[in-house]
Amino acid sequence: MINYAWLIPLFPTIAAIINGLFGRKYMRHHYSDYIATGAVMTSFLISLVIFFEVVSGSTLNVNYWDWIVSGDLHVSFGFLIDPLTAIMLLVVTGISSLVHLYSIGYMHDDDGYYRFFTYLSMFTVSMLILIMGNNYLLMFFGWEGVGLCSYLLIGFWFEKKSAGDAAKKAFVVNRVGDLGFVLGLFLLISQLGTLDYEQVFQLAPIHLTTGVATAITLLLFVGATAKSAQIPLYTWLPDAMEGPTPVSALIHAATMVTAGVYMVARSHVIYSMSPTTMEIVAVVGAITALFAATIAIAQNDIKRIVAYSTVSQLGYMFMGLGLGAYTAGVYHLFTHAFFKACLFLGCGSVIHALSGEQDIRRMGGLFPHIKLTAITFLIAALANAGIFPFAGFFSKDEILWAAFSGGHYVIWGIGATAAFCSAFYMFRLYFVAFTGESRVDHHVAHHIHESPSVMTGPLVLLAFLAATVGALALPPGNGFIHHFLGNVFGHHEHNVTGIAAEFFHKFSALVTGEPTAHGHLLEYFMMLVSLAIALSGIGLAYLMYYKKVEALNPEVLAVRFRLIYRAFLNKYWVDELYDFLFVNPIKRAGQGLWDFDGKIIDGTVNGVSRLTLIKGEITNFLDKYVVDGTVNGLAIFVDFKSRILRRTQTGDVQNYALVMLFGVVFVMGIYYFY
Amino acid sequence: MTPIQITYPNMMVILPEVVLSCWVFFMMMADLFIPKEKKEINAVLGLIGLAVTAVSVFMVLSYGDISSFNDSMRSDRFALFFKLLFIITAALAILISAKYIAIEGVNWGEYYSILLFSVVGMMVLVSATDLVTVYLGMEFMALSIYVLTGFIRHDVRSNEAALKYFLLGAFSSGLILYGMVLLYGVTGSTNVYKIANFLAANDNYSNPLMIASVILLISGFAFKIAAVPFHMWAPDAYEGAPTSITAFMSVGPKAASFAALLRVFLVALPVMKPHWVAIFWGVSAISMVVGNVVAVAQTNIKRMLAYSGIGHAGYILMGVIAGTRMGVASVLLYMLVYIFMSIGAFSVIILLRKTGVKGDEIKDFSGFARRYPSLGLCMLIFLISLIGLPPTAGFIGKLYLFAAAVEAEYYYLAVIGVLMSVVSLFYYMQVAKTMYIDEEIEGQELVPSRALTFVVYFCAAATLLIGMFPDGFISAAMAAVLPI
Repeated sequence: MINYAWLIPLFPTIAAIINGLFGRKYMRHHYSDYIATGAVMTSFLISLVIFFEVVSGSTLNVNYWDWIVSGDLHVSFGFLIDPLTAIMLLVVTGISSLVHLYSIGYMHDDDGYYRFFTYLSMFTVSMLILIMGNNYLLMFFGWEGVGLCSYLLIGFWFEKKSAGDAAKKAFVVNRVGDLGFVLGLFLLISQLGTLDYEQVFQLAPIHLTTGVATAITLLLFVGATAKSAQIPLYTWLPDAMEGPTPVSALIHAATMVTAGVYMVARSHVIYSMSPTTMEIVAVVGAITALFAATIAIAQNDIKRIVAYSTVSQLGYMFMGLGLGAYTAGVYHLFTHAFFKACLFLGCGSVIHALSGEQDIRRMGGLFPHIKLTAITFLIAALANAGIFPFAGFFSKDEILWAAFSGGHYVIWGIGATAAFCSAFYMFRLYFVAFTGESRVDHHVAHHIHESPSVMTGPLVLLAFLAATVGALALPPGNGFIHHFLGNVFGHHEHNVTGIAAEFFHKFSALVTGEPTAHGHLLEYFMMLVSLAIALSGIGLAYLMYYKKVEALNPEVLAVRFRLIYRAFLNKYWVDELYDFLFVNPIKRAGQGLWDFDGKIIDGTVNGVSRLTLIKGEITNFLDKYVVDGTVNGLAIFVDFKSRILRRTQTGDVQNYALVMLFGVVFVMGIYYFY
Repeated sequence: MTPIQITYPNMMVILPEVVLSCWVFFMMMADLFIPKEKKEINAVLGLIGLAVTAVSVFMVLSYGDISSFNDSMRSDRFALFFKLLFIITAALAILISAKYIAIEGVNWGEYYSILLFSVVGMMVLVSATDLVTVYLGMEFMALSIYVLTGFIRHDVRSNEAALKYFLLGAFSSGLILYGMVLLYGVTGSTNVYKIANFLAANDNYSNPLMIASVILLISGFAFKIAAVPFHMWAPDAYEGAPTSITAFMSVGPKAASFAALLRVFLVALPVMKPHWVAIFWGVSAISMVVGNVVAVAQTNIKRMLAYSGIGHAGYILMGVIAGTRMGVASVLLYMLVYIFMSIGAFSVIILLRKTGVKGDEIKDFSGFARRYPSLGLCMLIFLISLIGLPPTAGFIGKLYLFAAAVEAEYYYLAVIGVLMSVVSLFYYMQVAKTMYIDEEIEGQELVPSRALTFVVYFCAAATLLIGMFPDGFISAAMAAVLPI
């Protein structure tokens, strides 16, 4: 089956083509969804089969055809399937299938039904090419493809200005990142003359100096910061929540935003060559994790909280990658995909139930009304908070352990603080929205209803996975996932032992008398520590929002710590800062040029044509252009000109140029066809 | 590809260009010290510069045919003939400008500098024997003219004209460049001689790339000489530009473009002659028809002369199409003749320019000849010459063009040319009728400029002189013919 891997992107491609071309005219409703969902589910089944084949040891690296041949550069269209790709395939096709299914219910009454499914299929194809390609150019192809689909889907309801703005923002910010990515690719070409993974990873350790490797990896990482919403290019992701909620779940939580993580993991050979880049990746990841988590604490829009949570969790992934714990990073990607998709779809279900309400301050007491949604949401929230034995616990803990055992205590500290915040904001959301007294608007309160089973089905499935996929990492450091991904990352995994761990080992050796046999003891201890941190976060949320302990009244606290609260609430004013630094100056410059164009150039042209018109009337316009021209028969051009001039009033240079062009084309036509 | 040989260039090849360029730089600096109300000094300086350049042209003449700069520039009698034409043209243009630009309120020193820079561009163009230098000269010339066209900054018509001319000029440059690129792609060289050798040795006669290249080159050149269907810019640009510049650009750039056209097509592409003759035939015929017929409908004399210029481009193309020594000589001769009659006619128009009155409508000439008999007579001479009647220069010029066409057996073209000359009789005589028969109108006062009246008389005299004693000029033109 692995040799038929090309079938995986083929099905969604066909679906996208059918829906895109014929959806509007021939499929009012309920055909485009069958086609798209069926296609992606077929892809999922194939991926599943391939996954098991990869588990049993087969891999695939095949070039189908030459894509670009230019001088010495040779880029093929080919696929690479190894454990890393296989696991990504599962995530992408799996989540995509569930989201397709969910969308059938969620987008039911939307006019752009066929359009939505076309975009979803297009997105799935692009994402599949991104992860399956066997060279960087194909990755970039997919990278741009998902960017485009993301843009289209964020702006899906383009009649809303905020949606259009958010789409533009996402697109522009991603352009900034793409510039870095492309420069990285150029550098690779100039240094190694190839973009093929196999060759690059073979040649890189031999031909690249550390400095060049740093440059390449940092440039690629710039691309990753945009695509995966890391500091400083994360600002587009929260705004991207303007898109339909299934899109947020699929693209802006589970799959596309992890493209950067995948890219770094895929390029681990080059990344491992540059300690500087690794350090930067880890630090950026850690800071993003904390930064976004603190912002999430003060937000009130249910989707925005989850969005900032996504940014924060992505930060964890990069933290893991930067620490050299590639397996842990990718594993967190894997678990995060499930619980975050579940959270977003849960949000969607809540919003659906409340007829579009997104503000958690106008929710409350939802649990009895939408039990299934609430329970699945709770499970996913526990996973996000990192509570044993839910999936998030294992993957997040492994990243923290990598930081601690590697001696990066500051990073560990930041990560642990962020973990506390994660638990807190997740359960703040849960307690405020699902428990307590209902603050729902009266009109809405009447018809709060559980979503149809086509929506809750995916929720239950995702919640189940969010609860259980942690088992793949058991026993810690030696589970299935470690062996599986170890095939890819192998010796590049970082295993430096920090002082504290050293000390602990010596200590335990002293106590037990055995030198290193109980190396895992510390790891178990640290697990308990992070569990305690997460629980205390939940506890605080419980006291503040469920028990409503007077000493911890959120409003009082918000007033007392006014500055901090306002910083969180206003997202540290980063958007305002960017507006001030980049957006407004560019807008002003554009406005300036526009004014110049409008006032001076158009003014001139309009003035001229108006003048010509007036003059034409005074000097007997008709006599000059039309009557005499027609009488003479040969003055057609003049007549033509006067008519154009009167109609458009924009001057008629284009018309002149057109006549010239006609002349050329006419003569050529005579020559070539006569 | 062989590496480019760099040898010490023979600077004599570009001596006139160097002399004039240096002079213009000097003028630009001197301009800073010339007070605002005495900008006419620039005109005097420009005339001196042209005189010095003329001397250098005669100096170079004694060196015979020389090439340098990797054969990309060539100084031969053909080029020097044109360079002298440009010097005469520029001198006349400066003389008619001095008072005129003051009236238009644009009496700035850079006017003269830019004018002379465009002359440098033309000189490069006529000496160019490499497509790259052809393009270089052409752009240098054109960019200067664009600026001059829009020189009356406060006049919206002037701005419009410049913008249109510039945009379309850029477009036509694109066409020419495409043609050059294709030519280079086929032959592997940009040098006109190497191209000719390659095409003589390798049969590319039916190569579609070559045909496309020829068509694109023709399109580009046809724009520069304002031939149909690439003439659309001319009426607007002529009307909008300062009249002195209209006079200049109706002659100078046109002559330079014809020179380059002759060099490119006759020297580099003789093998492709049946192709380009066929296209030029069509362009020539349709230019004569459209130019002359549409001119009839014009009420603005600058526009009318623009259309008449389009017609003249058609006539002159006959000489190119003939492609014989006689044909080339007739082109050279006609360019010489055209200078005096065209600039002369425009000078008379400038004479009528007063602040507040444009004086460029045909009706502004009502009774002109009755009030100013001698100047009216001069205008009549120009008109007769433009029609092509004896005893004026225009007659001699047209005679040779038609004779060349007939000699090369392009009878139909000659017939069309003669018929269209008859049509042109109608609109030129319309002006004569207005001057002599219509009632005098109020406020018909002349620009008080002796330089201007001098130019009018000088041009009229030259037109008559060439018309009555053409021998010397004909032999000069024959001597300057390209070796074919």
